[in-house]
Amino acid sequence: MERKNPCSIFSATVPSVGAICVYNDMVSIARTHLDSIGGSNIPVAAVSTAFPSGRASMAVKLQDTADAIAAGAGEIDMVIDRGAFLSGRYMEVFEEIQEIRALCGEKAHLKVILETGELVTYDSVRKASFLAMLAGADFIKTSTGKISPAATAPVVLVMLEAVRDFYTLTGTRIGVKPAGGIRNTKDAIKQLVLVNETAGPEWLTPKLFRIGASALLNDLLMQRMKMRDGYYASPTYVTID
Amino acid sequence: MTTFDYAPALESRSIVTIDSSYGHFINGVFVEGKNHFASINPSNEEVLSQISLAGSDDINRAVSAARVAYEATWSKMPGKERGKYLYRIARIMQERAREFAVLETLDNGKPIRESRDVDVPLAAAHFFYHAGWADKLDYVGVGHSPRPHGVAGQIIPWNFPLLMLAWKVAPALAAGNTVVLKPAESTSLTALLFAQVCQQAELPAGVVNIVTGDGSSGALLVNHPGVDKIAFTGSTEVGKAIARAIAPTKKKATLELGGKAANIVFDDAPIDETVEGIVNGIFFNQGHVCCAGSRLLLQENIAEQTIEALKVRMAKIRVGNPLDKNTDLGAINSSEQLGKIQSLSATGDQEGAQRWSPECVLPEKGYWFPPTIFTGVTQAHRIAREEIFGPVLSVLTFRTPAEAIEKANNTPYGLSAGIWSEKGSRILWAAQQLRAGVIWANTFNKFEPASPFGGYKESGWGREGGRHGLAAYLTSDENGDN
Repeated sequence: MERKNPCSIFSATVPSVGAICVYNDMVSIARTHLDSIGGSNIPVAAVSTAFPSGRASMAVKLQDTADAIAAGAGEIDMVIDRGAFLSGRYMEVFEEIQEIRALCGEKAHLKVILETGELVTYDSVRKASFLAMLAGADFIKTSTGKISPAATAPVVLVMLEAVRDFYTLTGTRIGVKPAGGIRNTKDAIKQLVLVNETAGPEWLTPKLFRIGASALLNDLLMQRMKMRDGYYASPTYVTID
Repeated sequence: MTTFDYAPALESRSIVTIDSSYGHFINGVFVEGKNHFASINPSNEEVLSQISLAGSDDINRAVSAARVAYEATWSKMPGKERGKYLYRIARIMQERAREFAVLETLDNGKPIRESRDVDVPLAAAHFFYHAGWADKLDYVGVGHSPRPHGVAGQIIPWNFPLLMLAWKVAPALAAGNTVVLKPAESTSLTALLFAQVCQQAELPAGVVNIVTGDGSSGALLVNHPGVDKIAFTGSTEVGKAIARAIAPTKKKATLELGGKAANIVFDDAPIDETVEGIVNGIFFNQGHVCCAGSRLLLQENIAEQTIEALKVRMAKIRVGNPLDKNTDLGAINSSEQLGKIQSLSATGDQEGAQRWSPECVLPEKGYWFPPTIFTGVTQAHRIAREEIFGPVLSVLTFRTPAEAIEKANNTPYGLSAGIWSEKGSRILWAAQQLRAGVIWANTFNKFEPASPFGGYKESGWGREGGRHGLAAYLTSDENGDN
């Protein structure tokens, strides 16, 4: 059998990723490379606002974000100030998100990372989801990927319920991005079922639902190889970079 | 927009073997029966098998076999030895779990998801739980050296055929009684498979006898002079008839009867979680549940919002082939039951309540009823007073906690109730006021062998499960019994 590279990114039959998510200083490199290989329609997302801890002054967070946008980031993944949230200073969290939102303007799409592993309770996850949505987030995202647990199914359920309820109240659909901990295809399918059953099929688009999971890709490739060949290949048949 | 349809995920029925006809299981062997009637798969009206109708000869033989086994073997066997048989039965039930689940779904119409995840594991759990009690009967609480009653006549319903068998047989055997059990006429098959398990476990002959038939067979069993204790689960009407029949005798009885449970939602309850509980409360097992949360009492200030959320959720309930692992709501157990549900629902329309069901395509063959709610229901409506025993929810409202309790208790039944609130003190207060045997807080339809189950008022006599349930199969001198 002719052996094909299963990873040809820009073939018409293989869907591309929603975005390439990188650290701030890698934005221009990623942008330039994507443009040079014909991926100019794929946005670069920058993790921002002193990611992942968020422990910096607001001036630094704003500068961080401005740099990323200037370097060509089409999406900003900001972290909330969990310290402020957990000590009850909700307005501070809200205003920070608003300021970053204002800076992004029309140029960049804003994802707000709640870091649910540090918020711990479902009540807090729901409250933080609403703070972010009211302050202007385009997406709410579970985690930085640096803290465990990350995108557990119950947390994603709570966030999907929040975007569903926000849509009922305002008519605006906010996206959800579970990130961290989704390592295989079965987990990803469970997430898609959650979206379909909770928020509804309208959310089953990259504009409203993304999975952030670098580990997932190789398992997905292996599942596709199994569909093609009828047996599971060794993981070493899939490259890790 | 992306479509995301689910492919059917059918459980294979090849694991079960159903004979074309069955007799009774008496004294450790299957014996020929007479007057056969059909057992039907309610989801497609397929005739699964022919079941025998027990007459007085069969009942006499079964009771005699149980008496001999009681006198000669079972009551004399040390509790530790009886426990070994119960453990063995429990393990075989687990080993043959898929067979039981598929057979239960074929015969009863309930979704495979429920028979596989609820009925069968809980049935095995009841045997495990009571196996542990068999050598500890001194600690049940009925006095020192408690004694079994003798021969227990047990009559079970069609809604949880195998599970109700386990609720009856496991404590009876643990306590040292022998058993004549009659399953419901529409759902005998898993009881007959259980008879095979008894053979496989090498249970001494006559300890468990299973006779099939209808209400006439049940009446023969209740009235048989050789029966010492009656255990019945079924309608309040039949329960009253049994109580009348045994009043002049020394027979003991436990009765698990009907219910019209209030599921009370206070305004601080989390809506999404509550909606899941409401759905579980009334649509679990097609609402064929004596403790179903069939009266929803909503605090008025959140009623509209909760009903809207409930409707959104109900639209996602998948009704259809019970063997499909995706199915949420299966078939109504019989055409007779379907007729009852239809006629009581019609009184809801006539008395002025508003009926709503999501759009759903019901299979053409078989007995089906869509998930349904009635809003604008008052305490006076028949659908708020009578047990519908189907996927039909009556929604009422209240303004103060006191009104909620008053409405909840305004029923001749008192089997179960549900409370939804984030506030612990309110839950404890409400639980004290409610006249119901089982009260769930922020959950519904949770069952567990260690937890006693049973009703107040016309919902029954006695308890099943836990120490209290086991005590009903025992007596002692200190207990004042003879």
